[in-house]
Amino acid sequence: MSGVRVLVGTRKGAFILTADGKRDRWEVSGPHFAGWEIYHIKGSPAEPNRLYASQTSGWFGQIIQRSDDGGKTWIQPGTKPGEPTTTPEGMPMGESNKFVYDTSPETGKPLTTHQFYDGTAHPWEFKRVWHLEPSLTDPDTVYAGVEDAALFRSTDGGQSWHELAGLRGHGTGPHWQPGAGGMCLHTIILDPSDPKRIFIAISAAGAFRTDDGGVTWKPINRGLFSQYIPDPTAEVGHCVHHVAMNPSRPGVLFMQKHWDVMRSDDAGDNWREVSGNLPTDFGFVIDVHAHEPETIYVVPIKSDSEHYVHDAKMTVYRSRTGGNEWEALTKGLPQSNCYVNVLRDAMSVDSLDPCGVYFGTTGGQVYASADAGDGWTAIVRDLPPVLSVEAQILE
Amino acid sequence: MVRVVLPYHLRNLAKVADEVHVEVDGPVTIRSVLDALEKSYPMLRGTIRDHVTGKRRPFLRFFACQEDLSHGSYDESLPEAVATGAEPLLVLGAIAGG
Repeated sequence: MSGVRVLVGTRKGAFILTADGKRDRWEVSGPHFAGWEIYHIKGSPAEPNRLYASQTSGWFGQIIQRSDDGGKTWIQPGTKPGEPTTTPEGMPMGESNKFVYDTSPETGKPLTTHQFYDGTAHPWEFKRVWHLEPSLTDPDTVYAGVEDAALFRSTDGGQSWHELAGLRGHGTGPHWQPGAGGMCLHTIILDPSDPKRIFIAISAAGAFRTDDGGVTWKPINRGLFSQYIPDPTAEVGHCVHHVAMNPSRPGVLFMQKHWDVMRSDDAGDNWREVSGNLPTDFGFVIDVHAHEPETIYVVPIKSDSEHYVHDAKMTVYRSRTGGNEWEALTKGLPQSNCYVNVLRDAMSVDSLDPCGVYFGTTGGQVYASADAGDGWTAIVRDLPPVLSVEAQILE
Repeated sequence: MVRVVLPYHLRNLAKVADEVHVEVDGPVTIRSVLDALEKSYPMLRGTIRDHVTGKRRPFLRFFACQEDLSHGSYDESLPEAVATGAEPLLVLGAIAGG
């Protein structure tokens, strides 16, 4: 029988939750990397036991961890203990926690400044990896979205990282500015129908797309309206919180913007609002049903001043019409005195039938639905604040 | 032999239980001690000093012999007691959070 593994990153370590295909009895392992912030863990679609994790700390910086056995053991891929640290020629070996912005003129127009909170020009400074996106086909290739916003790629299993500098270099970079959580590249979507097409999103610059494997990029923000920036329809500057896609329809994208739930039917070239009857259209997460590409999920958050769920009730909203018409899903979720948030990478779906849906909260709960959202149970309730949730199927 | 005491999370990362001992060729300075430490424990690269600039990470401090050595030059000689192994070099994480 198939099983499910849910990879949970939290403020104080990683947890791995596993169940069989019925998804009613869960085993919890962890904390892995206890005490460290785990922004994201994700498995390779090509080799599910190959996991990548972003381990970070305000004190000690960025560490990349890799597991080749589904999370039982971990290594830092560029710095294996006991192995030589230099090549025979004396050059430093790959160092997996080293993210250095590209400055070579051959790879684009590398930028040295972006806008800071006060409007001044500020140099790009690496802080952490927010999101790791393994290749759909090659277990050794993985992308990293980082703060300050840039996209890196490793093709050697995470041993060394190189920036795809054309993103920062495409022209608008000096106008990007941080959102409240920092200037982070938090969303990476690989198009299964076109290996050269990648979508990314940055807070607060907006969404971008490459059609040539990351050499050149274009902003894809037409139709977004953000009243908190001087020109509400500007080409960049929008605080996109998350973007989701169903692999069977890679041209259709759904977005949770700071405010507004949006939809694009042309790979991001144009967007329209589909917030419809949501009680509030502020939020962070958005995801798409694994088998029904018109069924989408959001968790409305009261406002950008009050980062907790609407009306003190934990409610997932589901639309079966690709937006505009939303139904509240509450069965099994707390319906009073609930003041938690669900962060942008903290929702995921599995591809079993019925589709499983998972999300984690800043209160440390991880909720699961084995029936596409009709009913929910808490797998665990008292973890550290949850930063990310990723589900994968085990054959 | 130079003794180095690491903060809890770096001891875990390096998989060492207690203080670390490193051999330093030439003058015993913060730079030569960190070079020796990172050579023996490459997983610590980037965690104490920045990969690119080489600067001490902001929330870390270097103490030895009741002195804060964090703001001096990397190339100043460390106290004799550190060089002889009588006293350790302490790498401390700032106390923060709540």
